[in-house]
Amino acid sequence: MNQLHFPILSFITFWPLLGVFILLFINRKNEAAIRIVTFVFMLVNFLVSTLLYFHFDPTTWQPQFVDKIPWISSLGINYYLGIDGLSLFLVLLTTFLSVVGQLSTWSAIKDKVKEFNIIFLLLLTGMLGVFESLDAFLFYVFWEFELIPMYLMIGIWGGPHRVFATMKFFLYTFTGSVFMLVAIMATYFLFHHYTGIYTFDMFQLASHPLPYNLQFWLFLAFFIAFAIKVPMFPFHTWLPWAHVEAPTVGSVILAGVLLKMGTYGFLRFNLPMFPNMVHTLGIVVIVLAIIAIFYGAMVAMVQPDWKKLVAYSSVSHLGYAMIGMFALNSQGMEGSIMEMVNHGISTGALFLMVGILYERRHTRLFSEYGGIAAIMPRFAVLAGIITLSSLGLPGTNGFISEILCLIGAFKANIWYGILAAGGAVVSAIYLLMMFQKVFYVKTRNVKNLGLKDLDLRETFYMGICVVVILWIGIYPNPLLSRMHVSVEHLLQHVNSHSEQITIKDVDKNLACGKLVKINAISRGGL
Amino acid sequence: MEWLLLLCVLSPAVGCIINGLFGRWTYRAAGVIGSTFLGISFALAVPLIIYAIQGHVVDYSYYHWIVSGKFTVPFGLRLDSLSAMMLGVVTFVSFMIHIYAIGYMGGHKGYARFFTYLNLFVFAMLLLCMGNNYLTMFIGWEGVGFCSYILIGYYYEKKTAADAGRKAFVTTRIGDIGFIVGVLFIILYFGSVKFTDVFAQAHMISPAIITIITLALFLGAIGKSAQFPLYVWLPDAMEGPTPVSALIHAATMVTAGVYMVARSAPLYALSPTGSLVVASVGAFTALFAATMALTHFDLKRILAYSTISQIGYMMIGVGVGAYWTGMFHLMTHAFFKALLFLSAGAVMHAMHGVLDMRLMGGLRHKMPQVCIVMIIASLAIAGIPPLSGFFSKDVILSEALMLGHPIIWLVGVVTAFMTAFYMFRMIFFTFFGESRVPEGMHPHEAPSVMLVPLWVLAVGSIVIGGILGVKVHGHISIEHFISLTSPNAFPIVHKYSETLLIIISIIAGVLGIAVAWLAYIPKGAFSFRSFVVRTFHPLYRCFFNLWWVDEIYNFLFCRPFWHVSERFLWKAVDVKVIDAGVDDVGRVAGLTGRAVRILQTGFINNYACWVSAGALIICGWYLLKIM
Repeated sequence: MNQLHFPILSFITFWPLLGVFILLFINRKNEAAIRIVTFVFMLVNFLVSTLLYFHFDPTTWQPQFVDKIPWISSLGINYYLGIDGLSLFLVLLTTFLSVVGQLSTWSAIKDKVKEFNIIFLLLLTGMLGVFESLDAFLFYVFWEFELIPMYLMIGIWGGPHRVFATMKFFLYTFTGSVFMLVAIMATYFLFHHYTGIYTFDMFQLASHPLPYNLQFWLFLAFFIAFAIKVPMFPFHTWLPWAHVEAPTVGSVILAGVLLKMGTYGFLRFNLPMFPNMVHTLGIVVIVLAIIAIFYGAMVAMVQPDWKKLVAYSSVSHLGYAMIGMFALNSQGMEGSIMEMVNHGISTGALFLMVGILYERRHTRLFSEYGGIAAIMPRFAVLAGIITLSSLGLPGTNGFISEILCLIGAFKANIWYGILAAGGAVVSAIYLLMMFQKVFYVKTRNVKNLGLKDLDLRETFYMGICVVVILWIGIYPNPLLSRMHVSVEHLLQHVNSHSEQITIKDVDKNLACGKLVKINAISRGGL
Repeated sequence: MEWLLLLCVLSPAVGCIINGLFGRWTYRAAGVIGSTFLGISFALAVPLIIYAIQGHVVDYSYYHWIVSGKFTVPFGLRLDSLSAMMLGVVTFVSFMIHIYAIGYMGGHKGYARFFTYLNLFVFAMLLLCMGNNYLTMFIGWEGVGFCSYILIGYYYEKKTAADAGRKAFVTTRIGDIGFIVGVLFIILYFGSVKFTDVFAQAHMISPAIITIITLALFLGAIGKSAQFPLYVWLPDAMEGPTPVSALIHAATMVTAGVYMVARSAPLYALSPTGSLVVASVGAFTALFAATMALTHFDLKRILAYSTISQIGYMMIGVGVGAYWTGMFHLMTHAFFKALLFLSAGAVMHAMHGVLDMRLMGGLRHKMPQVCIVMIIASLAIAGIPPLSGFFSKDVILSEALMLGHPIIWLVGVVTAFMTAFYMFRMIFFTFFGESRVPEGMHPHEAPSVMLVPLWVLAVGSIVIGGILGVKVHGHISIEHFISLTSPNAFPIVHKYSETLLIIISIIAGVLGIAVAWLAYIPKGAFSFRSFVVRTFHPLYRCFFNLWWVDEIYNFLFCRPFWHVSERFLWKAVDVKVIDAGVDDVGRVAGLTGRAVRILQTGFINNYACWVSAGALIICGWYLLKIM
């Protein structure tokens, strides 16, 4: 279904590539022109993507704005783009954060400006492709494609340990990707074995879940891929490195968009395709998520480095998203999607905050700061609101997602809800300590005294984040109502396959020679 | 009416936005602007309160705030007798304090910022009181907590102030977890957070669940209303400017817990256990906090402990099931405690920020009007008739006894004695005796912009109790009014003479004042005091060191939490186990590569050597097998 009769998704995905093409013809010395052209391209992209919001039909779970062209028909591979209530806001988040992030690079990136903007535009294409693909093969292509610009962004414009950090980032996530590739292939062949159809269409793959002993291994493989990306405890240690070494905009995109690919992957693959395993292994995911909430917050609390604090706070926040998702009820899942969006905005904005001070002082250590509120009052106000949204104060967006995730968790099991609620105390501790260390107390450091308050550009991009934070906090329904039908459909699907099996049964089945059968299928499949 | 109500609640928010966005330009006018919007709010509140007194109820949902699945949270307000009373107290007292603050904060850095925060606070407080469901209430609940945080840390360049603000926020947030869990239970069992829906179904839910809900909600009240064991933030909150202490940490925000319990009366009424916990915690806190107020020398901290103690009284009132008594005391307390704080602020203003009573003395000659209003307020809190505190405190105690809680009554009477003592100890220390004011300091009478609100509040402290608390035609007007929404929960047994109880509580108050007089005014007072201190030395040390509660918390919770996070989770688990483990996986891959590399020398003779070695081994294997 495409209500616009215009391939809008293909347009916003490949429009940045046109930008890349145009940039090739601009002299590298003309940095202002490069920045403005990139900005205009991203802004247009964002404005066009808002059409998705306005024309989105909230009454159907079917993919919308679909572009479907056969690609490799003999293998059942299609160029298939489309969005539904699960991905709509992640697409919008991506286009929004790219505009905000690009604005922040005007002063932050002084070196190789042309290359930087080209890479940023490529990254945008990759990220949008991931959220829009409804073909597993295409999804994988974009998933890998997006890694490369990010790798370059950290590796070229990053901090002193950038090589180590990029290595870690790449190997870690690539390990996950390999598992995912194997799992996609196995799902593809097994699906054919049971239904006689070769297809990579995600909705079709989900329509006939595999026998559950096979689901176990496939779920696990996808779990590893996505858990690394989220990142869930204990797969998170690449994140602090990558964030600390990345340039500001890299962190914004990494936290704001790339991590969401992990949670989104759970929504698109693990939940619909392996629904029985969701019921069996959901408890493991929830326990890991609860650990992540506390662990991330407690480790964040003791960080001497501002960016590391924000990085660990992501681990904590996404724990809420995972709990909400695996609570398997509508409040939890809507809360989970809201948390993805809100975390993207709030944490993205937190990284922008760090970046603004880093540009001025070239340090991220708390011990160097203090008393900034008196020196940069406008910055302090905006930063305060952003901190509050991260803390989940009612009236900001953070509260909406947190309370929905908590309600969801609580409905699933009272103790999940109570434990997750306890995390709010720790998040209050570390966020307020962060704010105090930077903004309060008289400054002891003369270097802080002459700092300039935000200029117009900085005020604009911080301010726009604050506006969105308050808008979603006060009136979240435009978002929730568009998610609703898709979420219900997914839940209905997952909950209709709730027969559980124990892991023991899986082993027994495998021992009976099923594994041999899988091998035989995959060998003789083509 | 519903739009009038919305306007009344939003008016302070408008003031906040104006001062917040244009503070640089409104600078001098900020105080007037802030007060004006509060004045508008108060003016709008008057017809609303009259409407409520006539027995009408406004319950209106303006829009759907959160809709998810079958679960809906409206943004709605509710005006009934309970919230009308809070509306009156909050708008009136805030209005007075805003006017006072124009004088008090004049010339301070960040004058506009102060009024921005103060207006925001009133807005949040009104949301808390007027919300028609638990989550709208929670917006206000967390909102006032946040405003309290920024206002305590108003002098943020002082580390103690910034720390105190954070302590307040985090401590109350521990309580808020309880509140949220309570709300989650309500959502799970009632499917709605609207007061009307919840209370209508309350009797259909099992009592055990109701008890859990009431206890969880009460944990929120313990945090917000500074009850034991989460009261520790309130004394530190005195780092904030005095009008803030008066408004937030005495008159309005800290009593939110009492209001919440009274608001949830239909739930508490169904849970004797929950109610008993409320009353017991209240009684214990009342006594415990009073002991800490006995020996302090810091003017504002004495008042802080006194506030904790008085909220304990209110908790007794709502805990024993006589909700109207708690609300009544909340109202009178708002007047006389705000008055006490503002007078203390006037003293502090005159003394250039000094709060230590040992540096005061004899101030009655220098600032007679402040002295008089402060004595009025102290008489009121001591429970001397016919001032307001007498009426409200007396009904709490007599209701507690009649509802069958003699021990709580006794604790209340003892606390009443201690209250009278420490309040007049403070009065005598500050305003009487010889002057101990340091050289070069010239205390002076407060300016009239500060004196006017003081006198208004003083008049309120005198008459409000008498107007609302006297029995006319067989019923007390405030009881009748509040009982429209929160009826008495448990049956009353009239087995004690009311007159006798009144006489006992008057005696407790007078005795307290008399002992204070004996200990601080006559010639031999000093030797009398040192005799008492020597006799009760261990007890005195406990009082004086505030029972070492802060130190105990630090030792038991704060430091272990920090050390576990830093030394164990971060430096051990995260860096040494997980991250190092991941690196080791990488290293193993690297080492394997290096090991295999030995084979790849590039020399053809080496390869030939390996090939022949392999051939030999295989041949040998077959030979062995054959043989």
